[in-house]
Amino acid sequence: MPQIFPRRANSLVSMALWGGAFGVVILILVAITIGSSAHDTGVFTTPEQPVPFSHEHHVSGLGLDCQYCHTGVEKSDFAGLPPTYTCMTCHSQLWTNAEMLEPVRQSLKRDEPIEWVRVHDLPDFTYFSHRAHVNNGVGCESCHGRVDEMPITSQRKPLTMQWCLSCHRNPEPNLRPSDKITTMGYDPAKDGIPGHELLERYAIRKDNLTECVTCHR
Amino acid sequence: MKRHDKHRPLLPPDLTHARLTERISNLVLRDPTPRSWFIALLVCGLLALMFFGALGYMFEVGIGLFGVNIPVAWGFPITNTIWWIGIAHAGTLISAVLLITRQPWRASINRFAEAMAMFAVVLAGAYPIIHLGRPWFFYYLLPYPNAMELWPQWRSPLVWDFFAIFTYLTFTATFMYMSLLPDLATLRDRASSWFGRVFYGTLAIGWRGSATHWARYEKANMILSSVAAPIVVAVTGIISLDLAVSIVPGYHFTIFPPYFVAGALFSGFSTVALLAVVLRSMFGLQDLVTRTHLDYLGRMMLVFALVVDYAYTQEMFFAWYSGEDYYRYVYIDRWTGPYAPAWWSMIVCNVVLVQLLWFRRVRRSPIAMLCLAITSDIGMWLERFQIVFTSTHADYMPSAWGEAWPTAWDWAVYIGSLGVFGVLLLVFVRIMPLISLHDMRGLIAKRNKGGNDG
Repeated sequence: MPQIFPRRANSLVSMALWGGAFGVVILILVAITIGSSAHDTGVFTTPEQPVPFSHEHHVSGLGLDCQYCHTGVEKSDFAGLPPTYTCMTCHSQLWTNAEMLEPVRQSLKRDEPIEWVRVHDLPDFTYFSHRAHVNNGVGCESCHGRVDEMPITSQRKPLTMQWCLSCHRNPEPNLRPSDKITTMGYDPAKDGIPGHELLERYAIRKDNLTECVTCHR
Repeated sequence: MKRHDKHRPLLPPDLTHARLTERISNLVLRDPTPRSWFIALLVCGLLALMFFGALGYMFEVGIGLFGVNIPVAWGFPITNTIWWIGIAHAGTLISAVLLITRQPWRASINRFAEAMAMFAVVLAGAYPIIHLGRPWFFYYLLPYPNAMELWPQWRSPLVWDFFAIFTYLTFTATFMYMSLLPDLATLRDRASSWFGRVFYGTLAIGWRGSATHWARYEKANMILSSVAAPIVVAVTGIISLDLAVSIVPGYHFTIFPPYFVAGALFSGFSTVALLAVVLRSMFGLQDLVTRTHLDYLGRMMLVFALVVDYAYTQEMFFAWYSGEDYYRYVYIDRWTGPYAPAWWSMIVCNVVLVQLLWFRRVRRSPIAMLCLAITSDIGMWLERFQIVFTSTHADYMPSAWGEAWPTAWDWAVYIGSLGVFGVLLLVFVRIMPLISLHDMRGLIAKRNKGGNDG
């Protein structure tokens, strides 16, 4: 009876066994890498907006404060998008014929809000409050990045639970005094008042921050 | 033992290595499939279809199809999990513990006992996942690095459960495959078709039966068996902690782990006896799986049934001795409440009927053993049923009491799982040697004293 298996069959088996074991490990590593990559978390996604609004121009060029437009941020869970009237405080006088601003004028004429595309979209099962954060020492920059350097707004942080928890477990290095909340380019870990003092000043209880119900209600 | 063997041999006197190999491998390779096998496969196949159909519909519609609801949140799926994992236990005990203790009667039954264990664990593992409601998130139980930085709650018995079942599955699969290796090589050498040779040859991963192979095999077998002994105790013990760690009256008993292990082994040996009776008549193996084997299985059933009965008395005693109204009421409720028929039927099966096993004539009668195996399996299922249902349906606050009754879908998934088990086992015994050739050869060699032990 001829041999059914060639000489190399034994090495093929041990290759398959070892390959399978390593394959599983590699598969897990690949899955983790993809899962935490910008592709999956949406870091650097830059959705197209109806008007190519430049935060860079308005914030660092003109020096507008965040709250000039996002008025709800201290009082509401939602930071708020400005009504067209806010745009028109200036643009009824400036660049009144600019092609780029046509949707803004149309919005005013038809009394319909501009349909901005949300850049930072959290899942519906999370509860996030802007008010809770900005009134307790978390600056805009901590989550939104250097918007003063963004000609078109993009997402800069992964917005994963891991990322939320990195601060909820250890908030001190991310706290700023209340007058620096909207400041861009401020490093809360190095500049100003040390985090542990601010933790006391804001009366933040760290053990509450990692309760499930803090973010999932 | 020796003296006993002479009167009631475990092996036919004229059985030689060659004849044994010929017979068992021909069952797989040459003999026509018995008609009863096809009938059994048809019945089990239809039940298995019902299982998958019901599950498919459950995934589509949701867990509300089942009778589970607050306060009886666990219901059928967990009852079935505990039952199936219990059945799985005897397989490991036979293949490992009886190996270490050198019991000769394990040789002809260990193969299908291992297969039984393997398929029972698969089903036991399926039920908790079915029960999750959103089964596609079952992987949350795995401690894998994730973007949520969520880890399993290590203080939860449900996580221990996951690891217990997973360990058991891995172990059983490894152990069974390893003990199959020499037999797969035999089949490879005897197969006449090219496909058969490649199929068994691939599975045999190069087993040539050299002295080195056997030395390593024996070593690995002993190591795995010694690992198995604690696993036999730990897995059902851990499953029982799902209940015992809670503070629900009727669940919260410290005797649960040993009590569940004894129950597991009782139902496991009953199922082995059941399969032994069925398979020996299906494939005509009455001289290899003898009445003496049934006798030993019956003794094991009796031993563990008596431990279970003792546990019943202890459970009742401690309910009374605790002095707690709630714990005492659990028993009043079990005896007289809405689920009382389950309790009394359990007593009939597990306490009354098993006493027949004291008689040798009963233990040596295949038909009596078949009936007792079935009643014992039913009894153990009822035990799990009444523990899961009666304890939660009326615990502390009467305002929170309620009843849960299984729906048709519950039954479909339960009865269907028997079909899945049957299909897996029937296919297994058709393509694998259902009696371990090398263990039997060892037994023959031992009988021939000093004969060659190939």
